[in-house]
Amino acid sequence: MSKKKHETPLLDELKKGPWPSFVKEIEKAAVRSETANDTLGQVEKSYRTRRGYWKHGGIVGVLGYGGGVIGRYSSLPEEFPGVKFFHTVRINQPSGWFYTTKALREICDIWDKYGSGLTNIHGSTGDLVLLGTDTESLEAIFAEYSSRGWDLGGSGSAMRTPSCCIGPARCEWANINSLEINYQLTQEFQDELHRPAFPYKFKIKTSGCAVDCVAAIARADLSIIGTWKGKIQIDQAEVQNYAKKGMNINAEIVNMCPTQCISYDGKEMKIDDAECSRCMHCIAKMTKALRPSGERGATLLMGSKAPIVVGSLLSWVIVPFIKLEPPYKELKELIRKMIEWWDENSKPRERIGEVIEIKGMRSFLEAIGVPPSPAQVKWPRKDPFIFFKDEDFEKVYKKGKY
Amino acid sequence: MSLPQRKTDIGPPHYEQFLPPVIKKNLGKWKYHEVLNPGLMVHVAEGGDKIWTVRVASPRILSTDTIREISDIADKFCGGYLRFTSRNNVEFLISDEKNVEPIQKELKAKGYTIGGIGPRISNVVHTQGWVHCHSACTDASGLVKAMMDELYEYFTTKELPNKVRLAVACCVNMCGAVHCSDIALVALHTKVPPIDHERVGKICEIPTVIASCPTRAISPDPAKKSVKINEEKCMYCGNCFTVCPAIDIHNPESDGVAIVVGGKIGSLRSAPKFSKLAIPFFYNEPPRWPKIIAAVKNILETYAKHARKHERVGEWIDRIGWEKFFKLTGIEFTFQHIDDFTFMRETMRSTPAFKW
Ligand code: HEM
Ligand code: HEM
Ligand code: SF4
Ligand code: SF4
Ligand code: SF4
Ligand code: SF4
Repeated sequence: MSKKKHETPLLDELKKGPWPSFVKEIEKAAVRSETANDTLGQVEKSYRTRRGYWKHGGIVGVLGYGGGVIGRYSSLPEEFPGVKFFHTVRINQPSGWFYTTKALREICDIWDKYGSGLTNIHGSTGDLVLLGTDTESLEAIFAEYSSRGWDLGGSGSAMRTPSCCIGPARCEWANINSLEINYQLTQEFQDELHRPAFPYKFKIKTSGCAVDCVAAIARADLSIIGTWKGKIQIDQAEVQNYAKKGMNINAEIVNMCPTQCISYDGKEMKIDDAECSRCMHCIAKMTKALRPSGERGATLLMGSKAPIVVGSLLSWVIVPFIKLEPPYKELKELIRKMIEWWDENSKPRERIGEVIEIKGMRSFLEAIGVPPSPAQVKWPRKDPFIFFKDEDFEKVYKKGKY
Repeated sequence: MSLPQRKTDIGPPHYEQFLPPVIKKNLGKWKYHEVLNPGLMVHVAEGGDKIWTVRVASPRILSTDTIREISDIADKFCGGYLRFTSRNNVEFLISDEKNVEPIQKELKAKGYTIGGIGPRISNVVHTQGWVHCHSACTDASGLVKAMMDELYEYFTTKELPNKVRLAVACCVNMCGAVHCSDIALVALHTKVPPIDHERVGKICEIPTVIASCPTRAISPDPAKKSVKINEEKCMYCGNCFTVCPAIDIHNPESDGVAIVVGGKIGSLRSAPKFSKLAIPFFYNEPPRWPKIIAAVKNILETYAKHARKHERVGEWIDRIGWEKFFKLTGIEFTFQHIDDFTFMRETMRSTPAFKW
């Protein structure tokens, strides 16, 4: 391979300093790959001229799939022929991002054969993202990976690759099996994942508790967050140990409980569980002394998205509590109903949260068969422009019981 | 050479085949955990089994060589098991206590950065930037590298009042939850893109270009066989460039970076919140963006000095008030801080009771 060595004085600055350097990573790959080598050249040029030189467009992918590959091209192919094509391949990651080294090596070997040797582990999508290959190699890449048990992730107007927190694998706070829920939902929606047929993207993320380690509440159209219905169990001896080790229990726990339902008299901690909003603060700070108990399940929230175009949304409560146990039949059916309603009611490029805003919660809740509940709102409406259907009078108001 | 038989719609491998035996045995049976040092924690199961986790930083862009090196280390000390976190940290999972010290030694010797657990900065969530994305108004990997070189100790050793989640988005699309981070950089274009009318007619599909604009700022310009942009409606998002390279949104002179603060995701204590604007604009100064990095450090250290234990950045600001935030950090409040897009109504203050 005849390689043009690029001068990279600006990028070289980013090899200095203690934090791991992405430039060193690209250089390592550049030893073997012309694609990685010209990436260095083109990125150096961006640093010099303060602008990017990528363009995207054109449909690229593998036979029978509509997504999973993001097409990318250099706008300077003559100057940097190695990155004339620089497509991204999304590989569907295992739940919880667990790997054996054997699996990782296999992934690397295939990628070295066909791609730049550069990866994002992981992309913000959750997928294992392989950066930089050409159109011709895509079929071969797919054959090699899929024959060894690896499939592509989602992209485009499709179900996106679901992701989840580490959950029961290593977290004492998991109220649900986030790993299995994630796996089962990914399997259930394979067709929706690979053949974009939605108005827009649909993301599902599952966290085992309100700490929300996968940012489900900000980044998923359907945010599944584990919770519980019973008491917080208290190990008083461990409470004493925290106090002995120097924790100021009144300042750090009692006063910071948002519902003010904890008391502590220097000897005993008490929690008024009926007032607790299950925010996780006390449990997360006194992990040895406090733990949830009783019935477990999840709150389903919906609608989050980033700012483009009518502003960011955080997911809001739709189903206050649902039991989640294999085979997750009720959840799968509910998701299908949600998607169906969204499909019927949206224009292209509208996320489900936006459509709920436009069409109203009532339309959506009726379609998926979920009753209204105070848990779904911060407060009831504050305007007097109230809408009625005739059946509402029959069902509620004529009876004289409000 | 013939290719293996491809398969479709098999989904990901089942995670169970990648779980270390001690995790498989104790799935759902963990009792508590303790953070032993900034990069080491131990989880203890009901029955007494333990698993240690050593966390190291990663630059997110990893070469296959590095993945192999990480794998070698995991083979030596972790029985061949490891995982990644949602923020791209590498976690070595150690079942055998006698490997806990040696793996940390070896990681240090090989130059890995151990830390990120507890009330500290974790790996920085970020997007593709000049390394890979067409929309990028700045680089993301470079900003992260420059920022974390400066804030290194807050990953490896120093404590903060609570976790501080940093993020970088290289354009307003904000791939990666920047909009809910404690302190985040979001890159912006700041000018209406110029239209190369000659090329638009030749290389772009006009209805697609019109449809690409989220604010409907684009309309046909039949005289020029091109399109025109209503400047008052354009918010410089660059979607038009995505579908039509002749509307070149890139502008080296006026592209730059804003800082937003106070977002959070978890529901601990207070509800998740969006990040809000702290500093509207910095010019791009590659390779190390010194002004931006200094501004982030100032905000972080002002928070570290003034917040109460366990308060997140947004909770601290909510308690003291934004007027105090601007005073304590010395950041100038400008017209850009007042919302004039579509959300002004909910941001106006309607009480004379505020702090000087
Ligand atoms: C006009 C709007 C947008 C366009 C045209 C766009 C385009 C893209 C493209 C082309 C990529 C692939 C980048 C690469 O791998 O090289 C990407 C990545 C991504 N986008 Fe966006 N995006 C937009 C808005 C958003 C928004 C608002 C969000 C957040 C909610 C988002 C979330 C993501 C995520 C999570 C990734 C993966 C990033 C990574 O793995 O590094 N995108 N986007
Ligand atoms: C060829 C054209 C395009 C491609 C290949 C493309 C690709 C992408 C990709 C890969 C993502 C990231 C998805 C993820 O999270 O994994 C994305 C996100 C997004 N794109 Fe595009 N995009 C294109 C055009 C557009 C256009 C024209 C618009 C707007 C009018 C747009 C709006 C968005 C938005 C709003 C998001 C993120 C939404 C969210 O997560 O809230 N994209 N796009
Ligand atoms: S979201 Fe909750 S259950 Fe999941 S890993 Fe985080 S703290 Fe544990
Ligand atoms: S979980 Fe939150 S609301 Fe409930 S007792 Fe603990 S701190 Fe208070
Ligand atoms: S934030 Fe913008 S520039 Fe960065 S990867 Fe996402 S779409 Fe591309
Ligand atoms: S930059 Fe965005 S808002 Fe402005 S014209 Fe283009 S698509 Fe429309």
